[in-house]
Amino acid sequence: MTSAAPIALIDYGAGNVPSVERALQKLGATCKRVTRPSELADARAVILPGVGHYAAIIRALDENHLRGALLDAITRGIPFLGICLGLQALYSASEEAATFAGLSLFPGSVHSLPASVKLPHMGWNRLRIQRNSQLLAGLGESDYFYFAHTYAASSASEEVVATCEHGATFSAVLEHNNIFATQFHPEKSGAAGARLLHNFVSLAA
Amino acid sequence: MSLARRIIPCLDTDGSRVVKGVNFVGLRDAGDPAALASRYNAEGADELVVLDIAASRDRRPTFLETIRRVAAELAIPLTAGGGIRSLDDARSVIRAGADKITINTAAVERPELIRELSGEFGAQAVVVAIDAKLESESATPRWDVRIRGGRESAHLDALAWAQRAVELGAGEILLTSMDRDGTQSGFDVALTHAISTSVTVPVIASGGAKSPQHFAEIFSAGAADAALAASIFHDNVQSIRALKQFLASQSIEVRLPC
Repeated sequence: MTSAAPIALIDYGAGNVPSVERALQKLGATCKRVTRPSELADARAVILPGVGHYAAIIRALDENHLRGALLDAITRGIPFLGICLGLQALYSASEEAATFAGLSLFPGSVHSLPASVKLPHMGWNRLRIQRNSQLLAGLGESDYFYFAHTYAASSASEEVVATCEHGATFSAVLEHNNIFATQFHPEKSGAAGARLLHNFVSLAA
Repeated sequence: MSLARRIIPCLDTDGSRVVKGVNFVGLRDAGDPAALASRYNAEGADELVVLDIAASRDRRPTFLETIRRVAAELAIPLTAGGGIRSLDDARSVIRAGADKITINTAAVERPELIRELSGEFGAQAVVVAIDAKLESESATPRWDVRIRGGRESAHLDALAWAQRAVELGAGEILLTSMDRDGTQSGFDVALTHAISTSVTVPVIASGGAKSPQHFAEIFSAGAADAALAASIFHDNVQSIRALKQFLASQSIEVRLPC
């Protein structure tokens, strides 16, 4: 794949930035870590990784003045991939940190999975595919992906292309125009995760 | 339920090489951590744990380099531990490429460490390891928490300590039976069941694994969410692929390698 500009990887100190970077490099994709808004201006695609607490990702986006630049980049139509908290941040709010405003690209908020099951939802789980998607090309309901989260977005919205179940059905993969997101960690999901990242990189070519 | 039960190989290292031995006695070299990590990643391991069992201050940079080399081989999650006593220790391990950190004695000595780590990295990154030893064979068994590699009693009840660790922010419990560790006589089903059904987070069973039946038993009767073993994988006594195929044949949900 020939690609001029690298894929921008938003680096606000999240633990999984190096793993995402390594996974992309293994696919032959060039990426650069981005910490300032100006660095997003000429990106051909952008990835928002995340792991940990909802407040951490929102605070980091605001403290580094990345919120506006990120929304501008998405409005410009370049492919965007949110991972884990990077999916949750697309909604208006989260029960995990109620005073922090999300990016509000989708309505609704993120809630805890029910206490009837062990939390965090930790480990390998399968998807229930709702409709065709570019991100899941070549992947199916027999593939496992690695999840590590307690909060999740509702499965009832139209941007949801695949759901997963752990105590409740929740949104596992989103796809809406140029916005893509996964609740699981493709960078930790073996060959299936690598295929998904490959699909995203192809969209960004 | 479709959340798969996890098989987790563990690399005990002296900082740079994988070592083997029962209760830290008679250690012998069992290979290069990065080479083993690469093999397990390809064979279908669901996660990997790498421990620095020496955990001396002066060898710290060596262990961090080992984490970097191991992480580079993996497309699965990595947990690292041994000698993590502070937020700074944990930060350096996570920056080196670990997704989760595991703490044991340091958590017993200062339980607030669990809260600090969980606040900084999220509960999903904090694995509290508990080494438990049966104290009495009475009608209601009680397990004592052991620290410093099992040499000392922490004077804590393992069940109460596990629940306290979860309250403080542990996202997982790595439970080792000191009675079974190194015996290859099977996981401790009673211990694992007691803890796993009393906490709200996943429990990884450890200690005593040899046969595929041992794994089937700890998942079905022991209610373990994951099972960890070391030497049987290193020595090729048990391949991860064959183990998972056996578990699938027993109707235990596992992620079969492609």
